[in-house]
Amino acid sequence: MSAPSTLPLEEQIAQWRGYLRRRRAIEGQDVQELEGHLRDQMAALTTAGLAGDEAFLVAVKRMGSLDALSREFAREHSERLWKQLVIGDAGTSESTSPLARTEARIVFALALAAAAAVKVPELFGKHIVNGDMAFYNRNASFFVLPWLVVYFAWKRGLTAATCAALAASFALAAAFANVYPFVRGGSTQNLTALHLPIALWLVAGIAYTGGQWFAGSGRMNFVRFSGELVIYYVLIGLGGGVLTGFTVMMFQAIGVKVDWFVGGWLVPCGAAGAVIIASWLVEAKQSVIENMAPVLTRLFTPLFTLILLAFLGTMAWTGNAIDIKREVLISFDLLLVAVVGLVLYAVSARDPQAPPNFFDTLQLLLVVSALAVDALALAAIASRISEFGFTPNRVAALGENIILLVNLLWSAWVYVQFLRSAKPFAALERWQTNYLPIYSAWASIVVIVFPPLFHFL
Amino acid sequence: MDVGKDLVAASATPLVLAILAEGDSYGYAIIKRVSELSGGHLQWTDGMLYPVLHRLERQGLVVAKWGASESGRRRKYYRITRDGRAQLAAQRQRWKVVDQTLHAIWMKTSPA
Repeated sequence: MSAPSTLPLEEQIAQWRGYLRRRRAIEGQDVQELEGHLRDQMAALTTAGLAGDEAFLVAVKRMGSLDALSREFAREHSERLWKQLVIGDAGTSESTSPLARTEARIVFALALAAAAAVKVPELFGKHIVNGDMAFYNRNASFFVLPWLVVYFAWKRGLTAATCAALAASFALAAAFANVYPFVRGGSTQNLTALHLPIALWLVAGIAYTGGQWFAGSGRMNFVRFSGELVIYYVLIGLGGGVLTGFTVMMFQAIGVKVDWFVGGWLVPCGAAGAVIIASWLVEAKQSVIENMAPVLTRLFTPLFTLILLAFLGTMAWTGNAIDIKREVLISFDLLLVAVVGLVLYAVSARDPQAPPNFFDTLQLLLVVSALAVDALALAAIASRISEFGFTPNRVAALGENIILLVNLLWSAWVYVQFLRSAKPFAALERWQTNYLPIYSAWASIVVIVFPPLFHFL
Repeated sequence: MDVGKDLVAASATPLVLAILAEGDSYGYAIIKRVSELSGGHLQWTDGMLYPVLHRLERQGLVVAKWGASESGRRRKYYRITRDGRAQLAAQRQRWKVVDQTLHAIWMKTSPA
């Protein structure tokens, strides 16, 4: 504590309060209680003849060192060392600002809206259970993403022009998802269902960055947000799975069939609402707990590298070629997605100013080994692609493979440059964030061009 | 005279409970009372009282309630519970044993 005594008394007290607040074991109400004590003490000392700032210094001294105090509090309140963020906890209303409460209300309203949106098509005779599942798959994005965009529009205060542009892109996407005369059970409509969320995720990203997609670190923050969202969503999904399991089990025990409720309401509505809730949790928790995606990246980068190297080694040793099955391309696409994800989240958590370290070398090794594996797979596929024919699935998978391959090739090059100190790390970050719209663009092409190109099959 | 950390810690619970048994009070007043009673010999680091009060609250020996001070600021008042009084009586018995024992030997050897 080195409060310069030139500060006015109230500011000195405020500073002291600030020091207290920063201690995790000491909470809002305790700070109030301790401040009350400090002021009582100061009042007594002032009455005894001390000047204001003298009284402050003595009172602070008598309070004891902050370290010792915080240690005592931690001993009594060990639960506080586990950071908590409880939704709408009445007990801590002192620390919950009115804005945070408004936000919680808006989020729950939007989550309910998303859940309700899933049921709207029922009114027009589209049923989930034993009905037009393909319709729901194609339109899944529209039950959820508009509400997410509304949340960000509110939170970031988007301009009317931006809102209109976002709404227009949703309308356009909805048209492409529903106007085409898809053949029942065909692959183009499955491709649309798979690629539309990827294309529209960029729209959500524009809303997330407050309409400032190109400004500052918005894009990287959106990447971080996306990674955490997936993790929270999976966690909520696990909880949902347990709830669903118990629902089925209990009602079965009394001989009541609840398949219609679980399949038609609980799972689809829950899945839609959970996206909004998970997004809010990421927003609320970003400053509270450590981001998980970079932690997972650190854990799995060495493991992935080892497996890839082991795979290459085994191939070279045994001389076995990659067995080309029909959908092998998809698996290698997913491998590249995983590697790009590892690179992206390693980049997202790295201090751009830090010099090259061992982990960067490891990343390069990971990228290079993934490139080698993918090159082998592509070579094997290329020799037989004419034999298999150009189906929509295969063309889409090939396009994705090329896009990811280009990303990794250039990433490897930038990594090499960086390790030789020829380029700053920011170059890699810039490359990755600049590349993001390309995924969306390709997904849009698949949604817009593929169906007519392949006769809606 | 320095009483020592262990003895301060050991005597904190009965002392706080006994002060609260006199009537509801709050942190600063409790510290002041301790200082008065001990003639200034028992010096607590002020902040350390609060974890003790919170522990007693968790154990159900005291209850806390936010009220207002004379100047209108929020202030947390503590009141002893029935369990607290029982605990105080038990502590009193224990300290009496310690006190009597020490007294007995010190009377024999050299009067202070």
